[in-house]
Amino acid sequence: MTSPPDRAQLEQELQVLEQELARLEAAPQEVPDLAARAGALRARVEALREALWREPTAWQVVQAARHPQRPKLEDYLARVFTEVVELHGDRLFGDDPAMFCGLARLDGQPVAVVGHHKGKDTRENVSRRWGMPNPEGYRKAVRVMRLAEKLGLPVVSLVDTPAAYPGVEAEERGQAEAIARSILTMVELRCPVVVAITGEGGSGGALAIGVGDRVLMMQYAIYSVIPPEGCAAILWRDAGRKEEAAAALKLTAWDLLELGVVDEVVPEPLGGAHLDPGRAAAALQEALVRHLREVQALPAQERQRRRYDKYRRMGRFRVDLGPSAPGP
Amino acid sequence: MLNWLRRPKYESVERRDIPAGLWAKCPRCAQLVYRKELERNLKVCPKCGYHHRLSGPERLHLLVDEGTFEEWDPDLASLDPLEFPDYAERYRQAVQRTGRREAVLTGRGRIHGVPTALAVFDFDFLGGSMGSVVGEKVARVFERAVDLRLPVVTCSASGGARMQEGVLSLMQLAKTVAAVGRLHAAGLPFVSVLCDPTTGGVTASFAMLGDVHVAEPGALIGFAGARVIEQTIRQKLPEGFQTAEFLLRCGLVDLIVPRPELKQTLARLLRLLGGDRGEVALDQPS
Repeated sequence: MTSPPDRAQLEQELQVLEQELARLEAAPQEVPDLAARAGALRARVEALREALWREPTAWQVVQAARHPQRPKLEDYLARVFTEVVELHGDRLFGDDPAMFCGLARLDGQPVAVVGHHKGKDTRENVSRRWGMPNPEGYRKAVRVMRLAEKLGLPVVSLVDTPAAYPGVEAEERGQAEAIARSILTMVELRCPVVVAITGEGGSGGALAIGVGDRVLMMQYAIYSVIPPEGCAAILWRDAGRKEEAAAALKLTAWDLLELGVVDEVVPEPLGGAHLDPGRAAAALQEALVRHLREVQALPAQERQRRRYDKYRRMGRFRVDLGPSAPGP
Repeated sequence: MLNWLRRPKYESVERRDIPAGLWAKCPRCAQLVYRKELERNLKVCPKCGYHHRLSGPERLHLLVDEGTFEEWDPDLASLDPLEFPDYAERYRQAVQRTGRREAVLTGRGRIHGVPTALAVFDFDFLGGSMGSVVGEKVARVFERAVDLRLPVVTCSASGGARMQEGVLSLMQLAKTVAAVGRLHAAGLPFVSVLCDPTTGGVTASFAMLGDVHVAEPGALIGFAGARVIEQTIRQKLPEGFQTAEFLLRCGLVDLIVPRPELKQTLARLLRLLGGDRGEVALDQPS
C-alpha cells in the first residue's frame, strides 16, 4: 500500500503550520491578537494531525519511530525510574556506550535496567554508535541481568536500536555469539523480565535484549527483521520503495500485537511521543508497573515455563500431508 | 539480517558452464573438473581444495551411516502469514526445485555408530533461510534429543532469518535458542557444524551456542553481511574476513575440519563428549 499523494501534501502543510505556530508562540506578548491567532492556528494543526494520524501508513510510523526528537533512553530513565545508577563494563573487554545497564527504582521497587543508548544529538550519537551495540554491549547486559537474577531483582529492558553494530571489530569479537548468548540468558532468567520496545526494534540487535515474560510496544515503535530500505533493495533492487516494504513487513505495534509477538500496545500522543514526552513516559510507566506486578505474582518456575512456551509457540506453519517429498 | 543474495556466482557459474553436466567449474580456481571426480571427492575441488556447497541430502549421505536415518517432521510446510510479495510463488518454486518442503532436514541417525539427532540445512531452499517451519523443526530436534537422550549435531548453511515471514522469523531465533537451553540443562552435547555460508539470524541463535563449533574450510561465517559492513565503515574489508579461518583466529570456532575427515571427527567428538552414553551403550553390538 502506498501513501496517497495528498498525504504527503498534508504532511508538508502540517509542518508549515507547526513552524508558524512555534514562531507565533515565541513572539513578544505585545503583538495584537496573539492569543486568538495562535489559538486558531493550534486548532488547524490539531485537525490536520488528526487527519494524518488517525490511520497512519506503516512508513509514517517508521518515521515517527526514527524521529530525531523522539524520547530516548535518557528521557525514560529520568521520567519512569528513580535513583538511577549506571553500571559500566562487561568485565571481559570494555564498556559499550551504545548499551545502558544499571540499577534503579520503578514504582519504588529496585530493578535492573538494560537498554539501547541512542544519543540526543549527532555528537552524542557518534560516540554511542546510534545505539548500535558491539558484542561487549550485549555481554555487559548479560552480566547485569545475571546480577539481577542473583539478587531476585526484576529486569526491565528498553529496546531502541537500528541494529547490532555491523563492524569489523564486532565480527572479530563475536557479535553473533554475543546476541545468541544474551537471548539464551533472557529465556532462562529466574527473575521476572519485562521488555518495552520504545523506538526502533532492529532485528537481532533488538531481540538480543528483547526476550521477556511480557513484551510491550509503544504505539509508534517498529519491530522488524530487516529495515524497510534493505528489504526494498532485496525485493525490488530499489531501496526507494521503502514505503511499500514497510507495509509488507508488518512492523507496526498493531501488526505485531495481531501476530502474537507483543503483549500490549502502549498509547502515545497522536503523532508521536515527541509531541508530549511526559504523557508517553507516564503511559509507559503505568504499563511496566502493571505487567511487572502480574509476572512477579507467579512462582519462578511457572514464570520460566510460561516464558519458554511463549517463545516456543511463535511462528505460523501448516502440516502438509500430501505425497511425501523424496527422502535423502 | 538476511543476506542470502550474497555470492550468487557459485550457483550461476556452475549452472551456466556445465552444458552436459559432465564438467564443473570451480568458483575459486576456475579450473574445470570432471563432475564424477568431484562427486567422488565429496565435492571438494581436487585442484585447490575448495569445498563446494552440499545439499541437505548430500550432507546426510556424507555423515550418517547408511540405512540409519529416520526423518522427523517432513510434513511441516510454510504459510504466508504476512501475505508477503512473491513469497508464495518463490516458496512453491523452491519446493518444486528441491522436492522438499523446507530449508532444513531433521531426524535421527548414526554417525559411525553413535545415535545422534541432526538438523541439516539446505542452502538451495530459499538460501537456507529460517522462517517458522525451520525454527520449529530445529527446536523439535533439541526437544526430542532431550526426550531420547541423544546428542545433537546441526549443519547450518543459511543467509539468516527469512525476510518474507517478517518478525515471526526473528522470533525463531528465540525459539531455537530456548530449545538449545533445554539440551544444555539436560547435560547433553551439541556440536554445531558451520558450513558455507552461515550468517545473520542463524549464526546469532542456535548455531553459535554449540559446546563445540566445527567449521568447514573456507566457509563464510558471520553476523552482518559484508556489504552492510563496508557501507557502514566506508572501507574495504580485509582479505579472508568472516571465513572459517578468520573465526578460528578470533576464538569463535574450535576446529576446522576438511570434509573427508568430518564424519570421523564428529563421531570422535560425540564419544568424547559422552554422547554415546545413552542408547548406544545398550544396543551397540560390536
